[in-house]
Amino acid sequence: METVKVIINGKEYAVPAGSTVLEAARAANIDIPTLCYLKDINEIGACRLCLVEVSEGGRPFRMVTACVYPVTEGMVVKTNTPKIMQSRKTNLELLLSNHDRKCLSCVRSTTCELQKLCLEYGVDELKFSGEKNKYAIDDASPIIRDNNKCILCRRCVATCKHIQAVGVIGANDRGFDTHIASVFEAPLSETSCINCGQCIVSCPVGALYERDDTDKILEAIADPSKKVYICTAPSVRAQIGECFGYEPGTDCEGKMVAALKALGFDGVFDMNLTADLTIVEEATEFLGRVKNGGVLPMITSCSPGWIKYCEHYYPEFTENLSTCKSPQQMFGALVKTYFAEKEGFDPKDVVFVSAIPCTAKKFEVGRPGQSAAGVPDVDIAVTTREVGRMITKAGIDFRSLDDEKFDDPFSIGSSAGAIFGATGGVMEAALRTAAEVIEGKPLEKLEFSEVRGVEGVKTASYKLGDITLNVAVASGTGNAKKVLDAVKAGELDVQFIEIMACPGGCVNGGGQPIQPAVVRATTDLRAVRAAVLYNDDEKADLRKSHENSAVKKLYDEYFGEPNSHKAHEILHTHYVKRGL
Amino acid sequence: MKKNLTTVMFRGTKAQEEQLNAVIEELRDVPGALMPILQKAQEIYGYLPIEVQKMIALKLGISSEEVYGVSTFYSQFSLNPKGEIAIAVCLGTACYVKGSGDILDRICEVLGMKSGSTSPDGKYSIEATRCIGACGLAPVLTINNEVYGRLTKADVDGILAKYK
Repeated sequence: METVKVIINGKEYAVPAGSTVLEAARAANIDIPTLCYLKDINEIGACRLCLVEVSEGGRPFRMVTACVYPVTEGMVVKTNTPKIMQSRKTNLELLLSNHDRKCLSCVRSTTCELQKLCLEYGVDELKFSGEKNKYAIDDASPIIRDNNKCILCRRCVATCKHIQAVGVIGANDRGFDTHIASVFEAPLSETSCINCGQCIVSCPVGALYERDDTDKILEAIADPSKKVYICTAPSVRAQIGECFGYEPGTDCEGKMVAALKALGFDGVFDMNLTADLTIVEEATEFLGRVKNGGVLPMITSCSPGWIKYCEHYYPEFTENLSTCKSPQQMFGALVKTYFAEKEGFDPKDVVFVSAIPCTAKKFEVGRPGQSAAGVPDVDIAVTTREVGRMITKAGIDFRSLDDEKFDDPFSIGSSAGAIFGATGGVMEAALRTAAEVIEGKPLEKLEFSEVRGVEGVKTASYKLGDITLNVAVASGTGNAKKVLDAVKAGELDVQFIEIMACPGGCVNGGGQPIQPAVVRATTDLRAVRAAVLYNDDEKADLRKSHENSAVKKLYDEYFGEPNSHKAHEILHTHYVKRGL
Repeated sequence: MKKNLTTVMFRGTKAQEEQLNAVIEELRDVPGALMPILQKAQEIYGYLPIEVQKMIALKLGISSEEVYGVSTFYSQFSLNPKGEIAIAVCLGTACYVKGSGDILDRICEVLGMKSGSTSPDGKYSIEATRCIGACGLAPVLTINNEVYGRLTKADVDGILAKYK
């Protein structure tokens, strides 16, 4: 690797040629504050918080933005002179002058990157009190935008456009009137927004957040006439610890279950079970399509952000989508049909809650074709962040809880269901089942490592019995676009595609705890968080969806066989061609 | 300046659409094609209606927000059609210091419209312009091709009455 010598704060370092001053300083463990910078996504030098002084070739020092300024041989950098500190402070004061300083109850208080910098720089709030913009809050969709708190860093805009290939938000108007909004100032709900929430996890402040549905849950729990059940998605247990100060990548399944029981739910269930059920239904559907000349490639349907993306941007592919409901919806449907019949209660008296790493699932609960018992399958979908907030608000000391187990009869989930949370996980789980169905004997090796990992697009080819199966896996809708364009152009010949809307899959979902840009710059959250699920899988005894005894029981007692008429009525759905 | 969205119905013709499509085909592979396409579109339609911006986005395969971000950034792009009675008040320095701001406010008040907008029936449009080079007559406004100079706020009602 070619390096250059630079002097940072009086000490010499050899840093990779082509790095920015920011990268060089951070490699030397010298932090420079940033606000608009989001590694690989938004590197535009707009907020001017990363100002440093540099001197090149013996010329006088001048101020540059470290996040975009490249290092050169012999460069002298000063990152903390009084002049720099004062400039950064003034820039913060200017940002605050047009910022709604409602910090007390702001959803991002204590995780706000602006607030943290103001604390560090001792910024007094009303240095420049001039005209302020006043914007209406857009709260018509699960993603709420409050421009009064927006600092125009454009991290959301870059994420939406470049990572997700959606691009429904951007900077409108100019100068003091510049604001982030959609075309013709339409609310997000009227655009082709897919509700993935990647904008939320990119936002440094409280300008973007999900609709909070936790009060509805607490009210339902307090209502004695309601039975309130919750199921938790695979990746919630892997991330919820981050809400309580655990390092990313800490598995908190037992504590999470204990906390939810302490909140007063009538049952706490494991969504891994319906992930398994999805696999059995989906693998059967897939093999049926292969045998009967159905529409191929078949594409997974677990990710509601991806589903809406497909409906808007690739309506010609809606026939390719598996008709399986997502694990969340299957769970709600099961509870309100099978479980209600078994226990003898009216599905109308049930409030079914799902805890998910996802903001798009808030949209999914209201979709048509998602009410197997005549009432919505799922009543309320809450993100990992909301679950964390409910637990905190209820005064439950999460860290001191003893582990507890999921409730029967929905307590058993295979680790194939667990890895659903990581990109490639659904594919791997499906392959484990499909391979055994086709070959009629147990697999020798369960790992399909080609489909694992954080790469945006993965392809692999497997020989299962006498079938050669080509598969593709994409995460992040920007990568989904690449795969679908390649399929359309005839450049990619695959029969089965897994697509997750969020980069890295659900572990990196839009409803997950928000990590600041500085953590995202040094940690690949996708990999660290996914490792929890793969570690679980390695240790697990039950690693194949079709061997889940609870799933078998469901077929024996209720559905008959996979893809039966009854299964179709309860566990499958349909899609809409939305277009743009 | 924050741009106002139009409330005037889109009345684009097939011929205009064909002209626009030809422009897009001609320019689509040019780097930075959006700006010249928007300029031509404004020449064709007289302004940039929502419908036209959407057509451009679809044809170029970019998001309509990207088009809208550009069309609202540059003051030369208009999101409103010119009215049958197109009023333009000069807010150049000379006119402004002579009180053209008050004149603009009065016009808006009388017509019940915002500056930079067109009435829903397409009859009136009000626009604040940069210097029109008639500083000797400051403060000045134009209605269609008529120039009115050395105005006071009190003149406004009388002038507008001529155009009812």
